[in-house]
Amino acid sequence: MKRRDVLLAALALTAIWQVAAMIVTMPILPAPLTVLVVFFRELPNGLLAHFAVSLWRVMAGMLLSVLAAAPAGLIIGGSKKLNRLFSPVIYLLYPIPKVVFVPVVILFLGIGDTAKITIMFLILFFQIVVLVRDQASGIAPQLIQSLQSLGAGRRALFRFVYLPASLPAILTALRQSIGTAVAVLYITELSATKYGLGYYIYYRGSTLLDYPSMYAGVIAMSLLGLGMYFTVDWLERKWCRWKFVG
Amino acid sequence: MINIHSLTFQYPNHPPLFQNFNWEVARGETWAILGPSGCGKTTLLYLLAGLKQPAAGEVRIDGERIARPRPRSGLILQDYGLLPWATVRDNVALGVKVRDFYGPDGKHSPANFTAKDNNADVWIRRLGLDEAADKFPGQLSGGQRQRTAIARTLVLEPDLLLMDEPFSSLDAVTREDLQNLTLSLCQEQKITLVIVTHSIEEAAMLGKKILLLDAPPNRTAQVFENPNAGMDGYHNSAEFHAMCERLWAEMQRRNVPA
Repeated sequence: MKRRDVLLAALALTAIWQVAAMIVTMPILPAPLTVLVVFFRELPNGLLAHFAVSLWRVMAGMLLSVLAAAPAGLIIGGSKKLNRLFSPVIYLLYPIPKVVFVPVVILFLGIGDTAKITIMFLILFFQIVVLVRDQASGIAPQLIQSLQSLGAGRRALFRFVYLPASLPAILTALRQSIGTAVAVLYITELSATKYGLGYYIYYRGSTLLDYPSMYAGVIAMSLLGLGMYFTVDWLERKWCRWKFVG
Repeated sequence: MINIHSLTFQYPNHPPLFQNFNWEVARGETWAILGPSGCGKTTLLYLLAGLKQPAAGEVRIDGERIARPRPRSGLILQDYGLLPWATVRDNVALGVKVRDFYGPDGKHSPANFTAKDNNADVWIRRLGLDEAADKFPGQLSGGQRQRTAIARTLVLEPDLLLMDEPFSSLDAVTREDLQNLTLSLCQEQKITLVIVTHSIEEAAMLGKKILLLDAPPNRTAQVFENPNAGMDGYHNSAEFHAMCERLWAEMQRRNVPA
């Protein structure tokens, strides 16, 4: 996908927003230019701080899930025995919508960042573990045997085969999870906090009825998701160069 | 060099592929293992490579009982086993990297291994892969991929090269080119070669000795002497055609579909 196309798509969406605002002509849908002005005005007046808090929460959740789920997926996928043992457990837990555990986690961990990060961790962990496990268990036996014939034991197989083979799966899992992670972030920031974009959007919209700054918060949250999406794309181009040639 | 004694091997819930099977290969010999699908030729190669273990009997190479892959045996598989995410250069250096990863432990790499034993670039040049060195396997032709696999094996200075149908997916010209290259490199580096094939012509072209395997269980080694294999012009000689016919007739006689 070319950058120019992405930019054009952004312009087209803004144009649709503009037209909608002109048709609706109500305060709950301000025009994009109005919101943009408020966005830049609000940035130094707190919006950036809320953005930073949300970014920290979502990054911590994602980083923790990758650090825990990628090795777990690699180990389970790399061993038939462990795969047999853990797959039924993952099968049962994977489809449960983890968002429903928000109150449970808050009851256990309190209302601080730990609870918010834990909820994101719970959601992302299973998505990553499943994708990495499937990738690792699907590696062609010939590839493993070739490496073994070069002297590779279990440790070298992880280093030279399982890890690089699973890197695209880890990034795919991250890309698929970003939308969910940001959505969950919003939900967790609706209550029991005075910081974060979720709180900002809700407070500005529902309490102050300041719609342009509410939309400025929505833009900030979209930029948060987009920025993470672009980062994963960039990492994939950097680390998985072989997927983009030929 | 290779000594197989009273070998018995079977996969679970299958009849044995080998039963009290004996076979010997002397250092520097060039062997082709021929037989129909399911006769156990690839399994025999894996047993030699230390990737499978016999149920009974033993496989010895240079007197050492093979319980795991041996550092001086090279294995090249049908689809080359190249890492798709590594360039030709990194694939060729892979064996050295694995050895470097473990250090000279005498188990995964030779006890006298030093990190500077990386002559990957020498073999890249030798096999004509200079221009492809920074490409990924997905960008290579079948012939280039096979050259990469050969270079990767030769970097580790093997004394035994095991190949499983290595040329089966190549076009005729590339196949003959690589067959000749393999023979000349093995001769030059004094490498014992064991190549598995289902093609009668390939067995007759490459193997100075040909081991014909039967429908299982294999109990005795049927060996055909083919001393002129690999010589210039042998491919077009009457002797070559006679050998092919002999192998074909033998397979027919045993009612073994090729």
